[in-house]
Amino acid sequence: MTRKMRGATAVALGATIALLAGACAGQGTADQESPDSENTAEGGEATVEWWHNSNTGEGKEYYDQVAADFEEANPGVTVQIEAMQHEDMLTKLQAAMQAGSGIPDVFMSRGGGELQNDVDAGLLRDLTEDAAESVEKISAFTGQYTVDDSVYALPFSMGIVGFWYNKDLFEEAGISDVSDSPTIDEFYGYVDQLKAAGIDPASVGAGDKWPAAHYWYYGVVRECTFDTVEAAIESGDYSDECFIKAGENVQDILDKEPFNPGFLATGAQEGPTSASGLLASERVGMELAGHWEPGVVGGLREDETVPDWLGWFAYPTFPGQAGDPSDQMGGGDAWAVSNDAPDVAVDFAEYLVSDEVQTGFAELDMGLPTNPAATDSVANETLAQLIPVRDGGGEAQLYLDTRLGQSIGNAMNDEIALLFAGEAGPQDVVDAIEEAAAAQG
Amino acid sequence: MADDAAVATDVSPATSSGPAAGATRKGRPAAGPSAGGRRAKRSERRKYLEIAFFVAPALAMLILFIVWPVITAVQMSAFRWNGRGPMVDFVGLSNYVSILNNDVFIGSLMNNLLIVVLSIAIQLPLGLAIALLLNRKMWGQGALRTIIFVPYVLAEVVAGVIWFQLVQPQYGVIDTLLKSVGLEPPAQGWLGDMDLALWTVVAILTWKYLGLAVILFLAGLQGVPEELYEAAQLDGASWWQVQRRITVPLLGPTIRTWGFLSMIGSLQLFDMVWILTKGGPANATSTMAIFLVNEGTRSNNFGIAGAASVILFLIALVMAVLYQRLILRRDAKGVA
Repeated sequence: MTRKMRGATAVALGATIALLAGACAGQGTADQESPDSENTAEGGEATVEWWHNSNTGEGKEYYDQVAADFEEANPGVTVQIEAMQHEDMLTKLQAAMQAGSGIPDVFMSRGGGELQNDVDAGLLRDLTEDAAESVEKISAFTGQYTVDDSVYALPFSMGIVGFWYNKDLFEEAGISDVSDSPTIDEFYGYVDQLKAAGIDPASVGAGDKWPAAHYWYYGVVRECTFDTVEAAIESGDYSDECFIKAGENVQDILDKEPFNPGFLATGAQEGPTSASGLLASERVGMELAGHWEPGVVGGLREDETVPDWLGWFAYPTFPGQAGDPSDQMGGGDAWAVSNDAPDVAVDFAEYLVSDEVQTGFAELDMGLPTNPAATDSVANETLAQLIPVRDGGGEAQLYLDTRLGQSIGNAMNDEIALLFAGEAGPQDVVDAIEEAAAAQG
Repeated sequence: MADDAAVATDVSPATSSGPAAGATRKGRPAAGPSAGGRRAKRSERRKYLEIAFFVAPALAMLILFIVWPVITAVQMSAFRWNGRGPMVDFVGLSNYVSILNNDVFIGSLMNNLLIVVLSIAIQLPLGLAIALLLNRKMWGQGALRTIIFVPYVLAEVVAGVIWFQLVQPQYGVIDTLLKSVGLEPPAQGWLGDMDLALWTVVAILTWKYLGLAVILFLAGLQGVPEELYEAAQLDGASWWQVQRRITVPLLGPTIRTWGFLSMIGSLQLFDMVWILTKGGPANATSTMAIFLVNEGTRSNNFGIAGAASVILFLIALVMAVLYQRLILRRDAKGVA
């Protein structure tokens, strides 16, 4: 659902197979193409094909209901739902985008460089005018879905990354007053105390790279001003000293050795031995993760419920940091509308971020709603804790790999993984980003 | 894995059967100049139709799933393309240049070559020893053979997941066992330590593929004539001498064929590594196939991935041809 399973879905794809998948998607299947050809015909009759990843339990039922309600309110409109497992959806979307056909009418976008690619290829509909009212309502979050002042997707969930910790283990280690937004020295204090109590302080799924990379992104958010980062992304010039400092922050943290044994090969969130699994099974004190973590941790526990002991605090601040302390790093999901979708698809996307749908979305803890009317409805207390931090006036930097697009993003994550392994330095990360940016042209 | 090789061998008999069949028909003297000619022509056409009928499905699959993707990969390797829209940004050979200057790719290539060498160096003596042991009549022979072969039958992904759990640091079975006998397992785990990860992968690969070597060698052993052993025994040869002078030389063709399969498999290694380490930590276990999947489906650098796949193909091709020429040559001669 709200969990972010990034990284490739490829299990055994050779390049040839990948190619083929991309190419075969061009032919499409019969049921994929029929709505597209029908939806322009006959006045009120239209079909909206909708892809989402809430494919189990309450979330799926809720979205089925949402679609049914929309159909009822708009006679003649059929919403054709494809609820898919997240990674399957990404693969299918990627294939459709490459082929340029078979693209669903309404689907999920993560923004940043990926969205930019789709926009550049002319695949997405400009929603700035067509959905002006909704855009206005959630304008605090549309920034990452904007290309050249045009909004191309309506964000429906936006979360931030921070430390999820085990209150019981912290207490056991004698840490009584956990700050909501600690300084780095306070944070090191937690690490020392946990270690003294024989508890591995933190888990990180560096085997999947992006969880490790989040430390570096936060280094950037803390050490660089928001504008510096934006300017660097714009120009491809990352020579500002603050990007080096970001790497040095990570090195300092690594020198403290807070991470679980074998963290270089630890996965992010699959199974009990992943980073989230270690937190869920009460083997580590904390983990840096996004708003998906309560759901993931709950899912990894025997009783499949979110544990009571789960607490949250923001990423530590650093002395003399240039970034605004209230700036955070995170990301979310938005509804994008394909360029050749019927007009009613825009209405549907708007309906999905309406007060009504967002409130139900929040009540089921499916994510952190963007619509201000729904933010008070988040049922889970721990999750609700993130909302004031998110809406606390600071900027929210998108996960930098998503922001920069897969090509640069992966090169960056690879180098940060090397930094974690002690095989690269702060300068190497910056060089890797600049090289990848230059190669992309 | 060895798809290309398998296809190549499938194809050659199919194509060679054409002329052979034709030869037998042409060999028959023509009955009459005109009528016979017509009949011959008709049967000729019929023959080609037959061939087309039987070959077309296989050929279509070959073209659709092998030839066409290969051509597309080559085409892709000359463009800078992120997978969106048409390929327009022609960059010539620069993708190849950038790959050959890429430390990760070179490191991956070296890992591949190391795995090629290690697989053969470890599995050959070990597999041979086990095959010779299992070839003796003894109690539980069938059960032992089955046990040795089970890992090979197990799906690669399943085996990978099981091993991944076994070698978990701290909580894994292997670490627990080591600790219980007072040994200290590596702090970062078997897969988390950059110096150990590749060796761990090789050890797991050995476990997985040893069964294939053993079963092939056992099959080869059945082809060694019993009389030779009897003759050797009459001459007073010891068990060791028999193995060294008779068994191993006569097992030669089997060993060489197995070596070829092992080499191709090692060059294209992907699934086990992907499940165990995804090529990490810090690219310590990356292979060429891992590199190209990372670049292609994960980073959307399809041009780079295309070029990497062409390079992988060329390396595999060159090594395969060299192996055929230098090592398999005498076997082929023996057959012909």
